[in-house]
Amino acid sequence: MSELDFNNIDGMHLDVLRELGNIGAGNATTALSQMINKKIDMGVPKVNLLEFKELAEILGGAENPIVGILFGVEGEVTGMMMFILEQKSAHNLVNMLMGREISTFEEFSDMDLSALNEIGNIIAGAYLSSLSSLTNLKIIASVPHMAIDMAGAILSVPAIEFGKVGDKALLIQTGFGGELERVFGFFILIPDLASYTTILKSIGMM
Amino acid sequence: MALIKVGMADLNSCKAPNALTTLGLGSCIGIVLYDPKTKVSGLAHIMLPDSTQIKNNKNVAKFADTAVEKLINDMEKLGANKRRLVSKIAGGAQMFSFGSTNDLMRIGERNAIASRKKLKELGIPLLAEDCGKNYGRTIEFNSETGILQIKTIGKDLKYI
Repeated sequence: MSELDFNNIDGMHLDVLRELGNIGAGNATTALSQMINKKIDMGVPKVNLLEFKELAEILGGAENPIVGILFGVEGEVTGMMMFILEQKSAHNLVNMLMGREISTFEEFSDMDLSALNEIGNIIAGAYLSSLSSLTNLKIIASVPHMAIDMAGAILSVPAIEFGKVGDKALLIQTGFGGELERVFGFFILIPDLASYTTILKSIGMM
Repeated sequence: MALIKVGMADLNSCKAPNALTTLGLGSCIGIVLYDPKTKVSGLAHIMLPDSTQIKNNKNVAKFADTAVEKLINDMEKLGANKRRLVSKIAGGAQMFSFGSTNDLMRIGERNAIASRKKLKELGIPLLAEDCGKNYGRTIEFNSETGILQIKTIGKDLKYI
């Protein structure tokens, strides 16, 4: 096999991707926990291989407003990475970060938005650095770009990248949070076609 | 009346009084074809500009070029006449404000260009469009009136 095709992905590859997701998300959660100086539990990450048609359903439907933070990935692995939160989850996360009481969500303030950007930065950095140390490859993230809009519209960006390879998209879903409110976030790592091969080779899967 | 939902990388066609919709268009394009006489309409939610640039191109609804052709075929089966077809397009946003020099990020714009080109090639008039900018769109096409409704978060409904 010289190229990865998401339609023919086998169980072993999926396991590798799940494991990468697990380690990356674990690291990201630790980083976040240190930032807010509070213990954050993390559930077992779930790897979702979805058809484009059903992609937005996992985030409450194509019209549901979500927060997407997008990073360019550079170095020996190139591509993009996205961290996605439902608006409610994003609000809970900002509350945790700011030490505020959970209140009803109305609108993000400028302060909230910059906090979210910072959260995105930390999470992406931790995620990619664990991937980097696991694969021994140099992987760095660009500055974050954030958008808040309909799930379908935000997800069209990674979906188009997956669309160049196959007819499915791969999402790593992680739930984390304190006792009161759980926060559900999704990671999408989209290496360029060539980089996928690089990653799998580096961990001896190809 | 039924409202027929078209997913991402998907297409469908219908006859009045039924209507077609696709939710949350981002950088993708919604291409609407319409025969005003028989009131047969079709909608494709395309993701990529050109099937010939991609190896895995089995899903014809994914690409601007192949989706339009498939849509015409399907619509002819419902009684549409290719020579009478007109079109409207929406979507092609740039959801994240990366440097516009990056080809990867300009995919919305490239999708819009490819859609216009394919329609022109087939001699199908493009009556109206709402493309570009940086926001998502939900569109709904009324086969009875030929009007395309565009819904955006935080903005008024738009009709083209």
